[in-house]
Amino acid sequence: MKHTLSVLVENEPGALSRITGLFSGRGFNIESLCVAPTLDQTMSHLTLVTSGDEHIIEQIIKQLNRLVDVYKVVDVSEGEFVEREMALIKVRAEDETRAEVLRMCDIFRCKVVDVSPKTYTIEVTGPESKLKAVMELLKPIGIKEITRTGTIAIQREKKTV
Amino acid sequence: MTKLPGKQMVVEALKREGVDVVFGFPGGAIIDVYDAMEKDGSIKHVLVRHEQGAAHAADGYARATGKVGVCIATSGPGATNTVTGIATAYMDSIPMVVFTGQVPTSLIGNDAFQEVDIVGITRPCTKHNYLVKDVHKLPTILKEAFYIASSGRPGPVLIDLPKDIQNQVAEFDYPDKINLRSYNPVVEPHTRQIERAFKLIEKSKQPIIYAGGGVIIANAHKELRKLAESIYAPVTMTLMGLGGFPGTHEQSLGMLGMHGTYCANMAMANTDLIIAVGARFDDRVTGKIEAFAPNASIIHIDIDPTSIQKNVKVDVPIVGDCRRALKKLVKVIKEDGRPQEVWKEKFQPWWDQIRAWEARHPLTYKKEPGVIKPQYVIEKLYELTKGKAIITTEVGQNQMWTAQFYKFDEPRTLLTSGGLGTMGYGFPAAIGAQMAFPNKLVVDVAGDGSIQMCIQEMATAMEQKLPVKIIILNNQFLGMVRQWQELFYDRRYAATEFSVTPDFVKLAEAYGAKGFRATKPEEVEDTLKKGLETDCLTIMEFAIAREEGVFPMVPAGKATTEMLLV
Repeated sequence: MKHTLSVLVENEPGALSRITGLFSGRGFNIESLCVAPTLDQTMSHLTLVTSGDEHIIEQIIKQLNRLVDVYKVVDVSEGEFVEREMALIKVRAEDETRAEVLRMCDIFRCKVVDVSPKTYTIEVTGPESKLKAVMELLKPIGIKEITRTGTIAIQREKKTV
Repeated sequence: MTKLPGKQMVVEALKREGVDVVFGFPGGAIIDVYDAMEKDGSIKHVLVRHEQGAAHAADGYARATGKVGVCIATSGPGATNTVTGIATAYMDSIPMVVFTGQVPTSLIGNDAFQEVDIVGITRPCTKHNYLVKDVHKLPTILKEAFYIASSGRPGPVLIDLPKDIQNQVAEFDYPDKINLRSYNPVVEPHTRQIERAFKLIEKSKQPIIYAGGGVIIANAHKELRKLAESIYAPVTMTLMGLGGFPGTHEQSLGMLGMHGTYCANMAMANTDLIIAVGARFDDRVTGKIEAFAPNASIIHIDIDPTSIQKNVKVDVPIVGDCRRALKKLVKVIKEDGRPQEVWKEKFQPWWDQIRAWEARHPLTYKKEPGVIKPQYVIEKLYELTKGKAIITTEVGQNQMWTAQFYKFDEPRTLLTSGGLGTMGYGFPAAIGAQMAFPNKLVVDVAGDGSIQMCIQEMATAMEQKLPVKIIILNNQFLGMVRQWQELFYDRRYAATEFSVTPDFVKLAEAYGAKGFRATKPEEVEDTLKKGLETDCLTIMEFAIAREEGVFPMVPAGKATTEMLLV
């Protein structure tokens, strides 16, 4: 099963490679990885998507916690959470397909961020499933280039009455 | 506040951490630290002949004393030569601080002379490591290194010191205490978990205590004995746990696992409750994991949460320091108030079964006229030293025979590379132990293969006038691999026979040490006596039965009940 882990780590040189090294050294998977600064400049925030059974996820979390630089690990996919990913897609947009691409953007609430005579570059944000759907539909029109972020995620605030 | 150059900060930190001896080998990138040590004059430096020896010696010192071992090497090859020693210490959770020189910060990444990314190389085999890029941070890094190495589950920490940092000057503000927000090992076990553990013990009819190296690291041997005696439970130990519970105690079943006793493995297979203390259910202990202790509930005490639930499912995990956990558990048992006799009676049928296993296949070997059996050498060594020596071993048959036939009653008397299985460990480790305890008898039990992996340290031992004793069980084979080839590879002895071995007696003499040799069983005792009585480095070589095996043996990947016996 897929798990999304949120990791707070000291903003020290080598901290990221300790984490990726742990995954490769112990044979765990990384499906995507996102690193960014936090409000506290001495910390970095990692969002890591991995997969494995309960036992493996337990080990991953424990092993991450064992690293001296790791401050906190949360399995956000344990409860309700919101996840987002972004992709920039450069798609062929000539004569007859130009309008079609724009219609697609409208349906998926994508933004056109760059226009050239023969292409549109589209920004699409959402859960991974949405990105997949957009790409599937744009593929027949002709995708020239794609760049994607990894997934970022945050736990939903518990609802109160 | 005083201003100091980096090199002097290192020396000051060593002094404040109570380090009295360091093991090392100099070079261009660490020469400044050496100069500062020389000027200061208060820290004893042991000059080794190869940096691997320095790391193992620091490790041996740490295992024998419980203190942090320290070694120093230069950049590049000096640093890479320590890696085997660092990995050895990492696998066995040994507190160690390693200093390496590094090219000046301006040259890092330029493929400079003797440059290597040692922080990158050792990342997976250190508990933590540092490349110092700012001399102002050095005092904190030094303090952190010693704190991290020795707290929680101990391990090696490496500090890489660029040459320019060693000479830059900054305030030396050495913290008394360190507070790391990202590193707070849990030492105090949860009381409720202890109570749950006691409930399982109460329910159990066939319990067994399975003790590992954590008992020794946590200095929990007294508490372990109290626990075992108060409920009259049998105790088995891992290789790393030997000495954590007296080997001569009537409740000891000896070592378990691949070369463990028949009785210990049978007891583990049939127990209904494993009380694991500072052990990690390593594959050499469990054998085929699916067949391991099928009917057992498991209580697992360990300071490292990753060790718990890694290989087996645990019913009551107890994260914390072994000593504190055992203390709490013993207290709960005391409060319960049942005297030992009650427990003894309750477990009597279990003990009857255990004694029957013991009687069926005791630890033994076949004697042959005219041939020295290695087990006999170890038995005699035990008799002559009355079990009071510090024993180090290399890795392979020599290690297993020692673990089987020398009864370790005290913790920190067996120093051996358990996790990594490093041939060449024993002799430098013996040097480290002898530096810590100049008046104790320190004996390295070696094979003719493994002793040659760090034999250059003979010169180190002579230079330091260390009366280390080396026993070489010489079968002119890489015996353990040969044994596997005999049993599982149709006796095809690929690359395991030595057609040339040095004359170890002459080799000893060449270094100015003493050498003795025994080729017949009746010479064994005499040779040992002569060798152990010397006041200098001594080799005792025994020409042993060439194709003697270590038994019992659980073939790799088999269930622990499928033992090959003598």
